[in-house]
Amino acid sequence: MSKVDLSVQVGPLKFRNPIMLASGTVGYGNEIAEFTDLNKIGGIVTKSLSLKPRKGNPPQRIVETPSGMLNAIGLANVGVEQFLKEKIPFLKKYDVPLICNIAASTVEEYVECTRILTQEDSITAFEINVSCPNVKEGGLQFGNDVAAVAKITEKVKSVSTKPIIIKLSPNVSYISGFAKAVKESGGDAVSAINTLVGTSFNIFTKKPKIHNVNGGLSGPAIKPVALAKVLEIRKEVDIPIIGIGGIMDWKDVIEFMIVGASAIQLGTLNFINPSAAGQILTELENYCNNFGITKLSDVTGSYII
Amino acid sequence: MFILNAPVEKSIELENKIYLLQVRCPEITSDVRPGQFLNVRVSESMYPLLRRPFSVCDVDDEHLYLMFNILGEGTKILARKHKDETIDIIGPLGNGFNLEGEFDTAVIVAGGLGAAPFPFFTRMIKDHKKILTFIGGRSHKDIITYGMQNISIATEDGSLGLKGNVIHLLQQNLEQLKSNRIKIFSCGPTGMLRALKDFTIKNNFDCEVSTECAMACGFGICQGCPIESTEHPDKYHLVCKDGPVFNVKDVLL
Repeated sequence: MSKVDLSVQVGPLKFRNPIMLASGTVGYGNEIAEFTDLNKIGGIVTKSLSLKPRKGNPPQRIVETPSGMLNAIGLANVGVEQFLKEKIPFLKKYDVPLICNIAASTVEEYVECTRILTQEDSITAFEINVSCPNVKEGGLQFGNDVAAVAKITEKVKSVSTKPIIIKLSPNVSYISGFAKAVKESGGDAVSAINTLVGTSFNIFTKKPKIHNVNGGLSGPAIKPVALAKVLEIRKEVDIPIIGIGGIMDWKDVIEFMIVGASAIQLGTLNFINPSAAGQILTELENYCNNFGITKLSDVTGSYII
Repeated sequence: MFILNAPVEKSIELENKIYLLQVRCPEITSDVRPGQFLNVRVSESMYPLLRRPFSVCDVDDEHLYLMFNILGEGTKILARKHKDETIDIIGPLGNGFNLEGEFDTAVIVAGGLGAAPFPFFTRMIKDHKKILTFIGGRSHKDIITYGMQNISIATEDGSLGLKGNVIHLLQQNLEQLKSNRIKIFSCGPTGMLRALKDFTIKNNFDCEVSTECAMACGFGICQGCPIESTEHPDKYHLVCKDGPVFNVKDVLL
């Protein structure tokens, strides 16, 4: 069996393979490390960090939907200071690119978080969350505003030498306009997509099933939407894309790469099968061998329409 | 903590729509403690998508037993499992009951399917401590006594035991409870646990409760199952990782 080159390039970032673990689905890495060898995966994106700790939303935060789940965690996190003190030492033990996801309520907070974290050598890059649907301030207000996304990208980029990835919202009509703004403002890549806004009600009590009323829909239910958004960006803007949205197995990874993703992130799947990343890597290698693919990155953008 | 496929040995209906599933799982049986839980994927397909958390009902050398009632599609699929089909299990998860301590009588307080963790609990403790079991439900159909001993019952409709709830039952037995060095262990609906908290604080009884919350992963990565902490109001505990068993004084119910 020939050796397959699984490595991928995402702008200035080189990963040993395209499998990354998505923010909000791996905590700070310690729990999932019991199931997945972090030294083998492409990268890990930590839970959204805000400048100060956030308690998050009250229960109920999660509800299952057809082929998906709604969550309204509310960006619960330990804050930048505690992350550097308590979480980084564990992550440093692994040979895995560490991407810090940053969430904020103001442009200034995005900038301040990035400025502080950029001084930590073990952080490889930043993913800026401009699209969380579950917080009252910031979140989607930014993600729905092209000018705001451009401004955040430009400001954050100005305080860090590290690559900046902007995580885009699917809750817009034309996502490529946002990707274009990111590129023109100096962003290095986009990740697409964040969760879709959804809700679910109890038909007997007539009350929402999650406390926040609306939540972010993830899981296989959103995969066709995510694929369409990745394809739209690929066709319209020359910027590296990290594909996210309902990836459940190696076939989904290939599908995302065909429509234009250079790498992908596993999200909801981590809850259901926390060992999935390792299994998918083996299966991707088998796929390449079976189809005579020597370099997996050749699959990116290989769609035929 | 393991993730593995465990073969089903049998599924029996204990009562109306209440099932006991026996799975072969020697990897977990030696590790697990009463009050811990398993997160079970009932189907290999995308439906239902999420795992289901179940208390470990009982354990023998090679087997785990799960007790559940049919509430939705997930439990319906589980109840139909045949011998040698497998279920995908993550476990053992969470913190179980603390069986150590200076008490000579374990008082079990269970509401409905909150009885699930107590057959294992009873077997583990019965040779060392006296056990008193108080079970409550809306009617006799909700009363599960499987694997328990020294049982007193209350039903809200009066169809079995005392007419009232399980707190009325405890109140009725207060003298007996006070004459022993007791610790209360409970699992059941949140309303019952809330009333039990008031009762135990008023009477100065030590009490641990097993709590519930919708969750996805079961081991701390989804952050989906918060419960208010009394000690740290600025952050939540997670039911899956910090619980599901808490000292009743440590959480707001």
